[in-house]
Amino acid sequence: MNGAADLGGMMGFGPVVPEPEHERFHAEWERRILALVLAMGAARRWSIDAGRFARESLPPSVYLTSSYYAIWTLGLERLLVAAGLVEADELAGGRSRGPGAEVRAWSPDDARAAFAAGSPYTRPAPGPARFAVGDAVRTRVLHPTGHTRLPRYARGKQGTVERVHGAHVLPDSNAHGRGERPEWLYSVRFTGRELWGDAADPTLTVSIDAWDSYLDPLASAGDVGAHAL
Amino acid sequence: MSDHGIPEKVEALESILVEKGYVHPETLDAIVTTYDEDVGPRNGAKVVARSWVDPAYRERLRADATAAIAELGYGGRQGEHMVAVENSPDEHHLIVCTLCSCYPWPVLGLPPTWYKSPAYRSRAVLDPRGVLADFGVTLPETTRITVHDSTAEVRYLVVPMRPEGTAELDEEALAALVTRDGMIGTALL
Repeated sequence: MNGAADLGGMMGFGPVVPEPEHERFHAEWERRILALVLAMGAARRWSIDAGRFARESLPPSVYLTSSYYAIWTLGLERLLVAAGLVEADELAGGRSRGPGAEVRAWSPDDARAAFAAGSPYTRPAPGPARFAVGDAVRTRVLHPTGHTRLPRYARGKQGTVERVHGAHVLPDSNAHGRGERPEWLYSVRFTGRELWGDAADPTLTVSIDAWDSYLDPLASAGDVGAHAL
Repeated sequence: MSDHGIPEKVEALESILVEKGYVHPETLDAIVTTYDEDVGPRNGAKVVARSWVDPAYRERLRADATAAIAELGYGGRQGEHMVAVENSPDEHHLIVCTLCSCYPWPVLGLPPTWYKSPAYRSRAVLDPRGVLADFGVTLPETTRITVHDSTAEVRYLVVPMRPEGTAELDEEALAALVTRDGMIGTALL
């Protein structure tokens, strides 16, 4: 969706404020919400993609005025209610009104083991890869109302395939419970000029990771400009 | 950022989820310890230092960063599919996630606040030299800048250039020179 999370190319947020390496949290509640979000992974009631959609579909006025851990807090509330694990009035009242659903909860060792193992997103390929390194492509112009990982600034742009990552779970589908529908995933590199016009930094290139269904081949003679990277 | 009422929401969430049996308090404590104390950028620094002193390791890191990083014992959540990109005098790499906060946890720990901020996410892909200036970094005008927007589950680690005058240093001393920001691309060493 064209939500507030899709920030690439926006202006007006001011300078980036660096922070020393040892500063990880700024309040105790940040530690607790990090732990709660991760611990609820044990229940397996939503995917990482659904989690991202819950956050990016917050109203822009809320998203842009909340700190990142506040966004995580609001996102977790939405996920719990949508999954039927917590009632909205329980959240409003701050108290549980009864026993929960039957879901798995991790012990400390379970959690450590789950984090150490991770959850790979590669899947058996649905067929041969459509593109190879060096191929010229154009990203599609897509404005889905659901989840997508194709940023607005990189839609309808010519680029070059730089890496072929294998087949990965498709977030656009997985976020909405419509299955993993794995597709080939590619790194696609764009010139700064292609993305931002003639005033772009001439030394800039930007790459994104793009699923097969985000891309069209660029084959015609008039479309070879992307080779000039 | 107001975050008005958020600390109270988090407190309520924790008590509700514990009461319902969805989470165990001791597990929450263990998770905090893992990401507050155990996992952090010193892991990535060891990967970088190894790549500086061991050409065979450097080749493996280029070919399959996930496997090479696992050799040093690091991997798992948010590092399942790693790619290492090497800075050179000609090319400087910068990592961002414009859409959220994707970041290679096993080698860098949790992302700093600025990495998740609208200021960084909006500008890194449009004006990376301006972002670098916020960090006090100026690159030569001829250096190519490659920004990697982490839009999938692939996670990127920048291998900074080894500083001049470090030929005498051993791997441990070299690792101590490697900063978190250097491995994101917002600092030089």
